[in-house]
Amino acid sequence: MNMTGSKIVIESLINEGVDIVFGYPGGAIMNVYDELYKQDTITHILNRHEQACVISANGYARVSGKVGVAVVTSGPGFTNALTGIADAYMDSIPVVIISGQVPLPLVGTDGFQEIDAIGISRPCTKHNFLVKDVRDLARILKEAFYIARSGRPGPVLVDIPKDISSHHTRFHYPDTVNLPTYKPTVKGNIKQVKKLSKAISEAKKPLIYVGGGAVRSGATDEIRKLLELTHIPAVETLMARGILGFDNPLSMGMLGMHGTYSANMAMSETDLIISIGARFDDRVTGNLNTFGKNAKIAHIDIDPASIAKLVEVDYPIVGDVKVVVQDLIDVLEEDFHQGKFFSWNEELQKYKAEHPLEYEDSDEVLKPQWVIETLGEKWGDDIVLSTDVGQHQMWAAQFYPFRHPDDWLSSSGLGTMGFGLPAAIGAKVAKMDRISVNVSGDGSILMNIHEIMTASQYGIPVINVILNNAYLGMVRQWQSFFYDERFSQTNLEYRADFTKIAEGFGGIGYKVKTKQEFIDAMSDAIAQNKTAIIDVDIHRKEDVLPMVPAGASLNEMILFKDTNKPKDK
Amino acid sequence: MKEEIQRKVISVFAVNEQGVLARIAGLFAGRGYNIETMTVAPVPDSVYSRFTIETRGNKKTIEQIIKQLNKLIPVLKVIDSSDIIEKETVLVKFSADNNLSDIDVLCKVYNGRIMNVNENSVVAVVVDEPNRIANFLKIIKKYSPKEIVRGGVVSMER
Repeated sequence: MNMTGSKIVIESLINEGVDIVFGYPGGAIMNVYDELYKQDTITHILNRHEQACVISANGYARVSGKVGVAVVTSGPGFTNALTGIADAYMDSIPVVIISGQVPLPLVGTDGFQEIDAIGISRPCTKHNFLVKDVRDLARILKEAFYIARSGRPGPVLVDIPKDISSHHTRFHYPDTVNLPTYKPTVKGNIKQVKKLSKAISEAKKPLIYVGGGAVRSGATDEIRKLLELTHIPAVETLMARGILGFDNPLSMGMLGMHGTYSANMAMSETDLIISIGARFDDRVTGNLNTFGKNAKIAHIDIDPASIAKLVEVDYPIVGDVKVVVQDLIDVLEEDFHQGKFFSWNEELQKYKAEHPLEYEDSDEVLKPQWVIETLGEKWGDDIVLSTDVGQHQMWAAQFYPFRHPDDWLSSSGLGTMGFGLPAAIGAKVAKMDRISVNVSGDGSILMNIHEIMTASQYGIPVINVILNNAYLGMVRQWQSFFYDERFSQTNLEYRADFTKIAEGFGGIGYKVKTKQEFIDAMSDAIAQNKTAIIDVDIHRKEDVLPMVPAGASLNEMILFKDTNKPKDK
Repeated sequence: MKEEIQRKVISVFAVNEQGVLARIAGLFAGRGYNIETMTVAPVPDSVYSRFTIETRGNKKTIEQIIKQLNKLIPVLKVIDSSDIIEKETVLVKFSADNNLSDIDVLCKVYNGRIMNVNENSVVAVVVDEPNRIANFLKIIKKYSPKEIVRGGVVSMER
């Protein structure tokens, strides 16, 4: 059938099974918006900032397991979108971004709202395309979706000049892609898997280290089976929260800068690190010179470039985590003697008991950790949890009882303040039966606060719990520990009235100072099924502990005990 | 951890399309890798171009460069063999005041020849291994070359 480029965009999205897109119109993308108007298969959510469009698509992708789609215009529309694109890139989230571009004859002339989208997004996309001929459009879109979701997932940009979207051609959506230069390895080398199996049988203190790749691969069941079979203790990264399950006795919790004592000690003492879809980020490893000093390292990852990037690896296995872990289970099952890691586990359980995550609760002032625990205890079965970036993010990562990784969204690699709310919108759209909660801070929430309006307009209720300490808390904490308490530009005592903001954007607001008020506000917000801000006054100087100072070794933690002195409010 | 910095010549086969050079160059720039020389030309009768890149780094860096290059979607393959033949072309312009036969002899030692002479200058071309080219350029200094154009390394596996 003969049709315009813009119609081809719509038909291609339908062919990909896309039923929702997040976007913002503008000059160069208007042809596509005209076609969106004429159809009713695809729902369009109008976020109020292009960054939020891409982050909502990102949140939708994380929770649904599908490819998220964002549509933006050229120039400022695109530069606004960049932070969202970079976020998806750093956390390997499959998103396709369709951007308008000035007409091809104007490209390169500094036309109105022209920016070299391909050029500036090259380092933060998995791949990007400039469409120069309408006859290539359907094929490019097919390839974009394939590249975004396969291998190590990531964002893919398709930049469409305005004249291309109005040109006509015959529409044919290809059934398959033909990319001779792009063939991700799915199946791991079985010889390597057998070597790893042998290494496991020879190890005394092995440790499984799970990262975001395991989430993207959908390997939760396989990894839990592996633990059940071997009784190897395990730690999770921020990205992988929920894979092990909070009540799994073999889980030592999250490791890294704000990880648990037991997780970091396990990593310091292990003799075999089995990395599954993790990437040895600096927030995880601390000082690389002492990291895994006594350990052999096995690294399972679909991205060969991730392997041996930061640490020397003894057992590299390139492949899809889900497939490789199942192969490992099959090999191990042939001959595995349970119970050989009994004393290692005992040792770690002792660490866990000696230094659990702790905080001092109070009846006078709300503690952020209590708020997180209460969310989990009371509503954990129903919540899909999103966070912004900062102290609240770490408290959520530490104290929330994670049940499944698909119920957890956090900007981990890029650390994007403003991620929480638009991501929670995407998550809610993907799982309308869940309570979408964004745990945020009084700093982060303002970075995409306008999305309260988006959520209200479309009836996508998101409950925003602001842990409000009137500080840029994480920076304040660093200033307090490492900058002799020179609190440069972190005091946010000039406060917004968040209840009024919520109401102004069509939501409901609650101001909360006590435990009962918090529980009442949450219950009411859930019952009203509306977008809400619950502005929780918390202890202003609460710190996130334990903490491994940047560049220190994992076993050099600042513990709660060390800093547990009476503090002024 | 600190390892010896080595020189490495890498051949990259990538789809000959707009922007692919920028992808490769951007990868080196963005990740802080060195490009000493780079030559690019289409591979005959194919959709690919061959990039010959001379780079420096320790073993780990070179490994990462190869992996990151392979990760680029338009890249078909990366060859990092050390069993290769390398050649580099250099053009040198001398003043015509020099003794032509001196220059001619010197060029011949380095597989080259004088290719153009006019009233002002003499242009010579030399094709040889990169380390020999370096030697050649050292030796001709005394003839005060007016201009030197190095072509970058090309290589082929044995």
